[in-house]
Amino acid sequence: MTQINVSEVSSVQLRQLKPRFSSRFKEFFVRHLQVFFYSLGLLSRAPFATLMTASALGIALALPAGLYVILDHASQLSGDINSINQISLFMKKGISEKSIQQIQKKLEAYPEIAQVKHVNREAALQEFQDNSGFGEALKALNDNPLPDLLIVSPSMTHNDPQQINILLNDLKTIKQVDLVQLDIQWLQRLYAILHIGQRGVLIIGSLLALGVLLIVGNTIRLAIENRRSEIVVMKLIGATDSFIRRPFLYTGFWYGLLGSLIAILLVNISLIIINDPLAHLSSLYESNLFSLKLMGIKISATLLLSGCLLGLMGARIAVGKHLKEIEPK
Amino acid sequence: MQKNNNNNGFSMILFDQVSKRYKGGNEALSKVNFHLHPGEMAFLTGHSGAGKSTLLKLIALIERASTGNVIVGGKNLNKVSKHTLPYLRRNMGIIFQDYQLLYDRTVFDNVALPLIISGFSSREVKKRVHAALDKVSLLRFEKKYPVTLSGGEQQRVSIARAVVNKPALLLADEPTGNLDHDLSREIMDLFMAFNQVGVTVLIATHDIPLIKQLDKRIIQLNHGRLNHAQQGHDPLITAGDES
Repeated sequence: MTQINVSEVSSVQLRQLKPRFSSRFKEFFVRHLQVFFYSLGLLSRAPFATLMTASALGIALALPAGLYVILDHASQLSGDINSINQISLFMKKGISEKSIQQIQKKLEAYPEIAQVKHVNREAALQEFQDNSGFGEALKALNDNPLPDLLIVSPSMTHNDPQQINILLNDLKTIKQVDLVQLDIQWLQRLYAILHIGQRGVLIIGSLLALGVLLIVGNTIRLAIENRRSEIVVMKLIGATDSFIRRPFLYTGFWYGLLGSLIAILLVNISLIIINDPLAHLSSLYESNLFSLKLMGIKISATLLLSGCLLGLMGARIAVGKHLKEIEPK
Repeated sequence: MQKNNNNNGFSMILFDQVSKRYKGGNEALSKVNFHLHPGEMAFLTGHSGAGKSTLLKLIALIERASTGNVIVGGKNLNKVSKHTLPYLRRNMGIIFQDYQLLYDRTVFDNVALPLIISGFSSREVKKRVHAALDKVSLLRFEKKYPVTLSGGEQQRVSIARAVVNKPALLLADEPTGNLDHDLSREIMDLFMAFNQVGVTVLIATHDIPLIKQLDKRIIQLNHGRLNHAQQGHDPLITAGDES
């Protein structure tokens, strides 16, 4: 029987082929970079199929993104929240400038009131003539039909509907006041509608995000199926699961990125198409409020990020499920 | 590496009462005992369905033993988790009858694959792939695709891929099954050359005339059981000789 000494024994034991940490760290980036471009190369080899999938993703992402952009415009149109709760006090006619100023001072001392603005009736007429489009007609009037106006902004601590109602009743008791009007109702309604719209975007967005996951997942599933024999070979020569997974994950990432780029393109093209007739409509109202801007950087970035994440997630789900089934036989 | 019994240190491959039963009840291997020294070369023969492929699959962890222990390089394969399995396979070169090459990649890329998987730098990859291709005399084909090569050449590519990682153990399942006699001899000579530099080699084949010329140990399987030994060097192979 042959004698084998200990040093010989240890030399024939299987080596651990894990490279050292420092080189692994560097190789990690190099390899990710390689796979990054390798997976892009794979996609560009079938440009038509890639574009079809990416377009499907683009359309799915463009719908909620587009709705969101429109809602965003609508909320900007309705102004900031502070301006919702403005109370207009129309003064009775013939009240002297001095007593109006006294009332203003008195109101400003209220803790419930942040600010009181006096709109002089002459100034109001001038502004109305300038901006309303009825300038010529108003010149025909001998007398200024407008009353003096105090615009009361409740303080931030007193702006819930109940407190405002109490304040409203308080203000009504001032005897120089003719009419108290809260500019809130139509805005409340608009906000309610916008709120419904936001929920709608949330629902549509979630459903279509699920759609994106499914599209990417299915595409990756097919890609895995196509590369079945390659995966078997990889496993046989000692590839780890994460090594095999990586190109598929990057493929999912690329699909997500391409899809969201297409979505941004689609939304912006749609905005440009809508913008002209909208500007025309707006001009008919003598207003330039309703001009649509292209997608902002923040929304675009959010869309890109969520597209990439959805692509990655879809790929991860598909890979996790299907790679396990492929083992050498 | 833990030692599971005192025989480990002496064996590259150790089968201890190994049985493999597939689902459906057919027993491919029953109570097989044998071992292979480091640096040894042996042929595994037997009729079709004798269990040659199953035995190799147990070593390569493609299948797991139903009972008994398979110990490779001091590692009890029963205790190898799914997670560490890939690292173990990197120490084995596996060669198949049907080559298992990737046909959408060049010869170079095929051979480079194990190195890329192990995370070698691109300079090292190039150096080692060229060395491996040189050993199988295919350096001039590195930029070609496997489809354009003959069967013998493709098998040499797969051998280059198997040895490029400098594994301690080479396993081959009917590597000459699709080749004529001269090409088969060429392939076997390659295996002999690797064995001469210390690589342990185990080849399943039923080309008895060929291996009889080679004066190496022959392990014979018959219906899943180990037959008598036919070899010149070491009597350590018959069933039950482990103590």
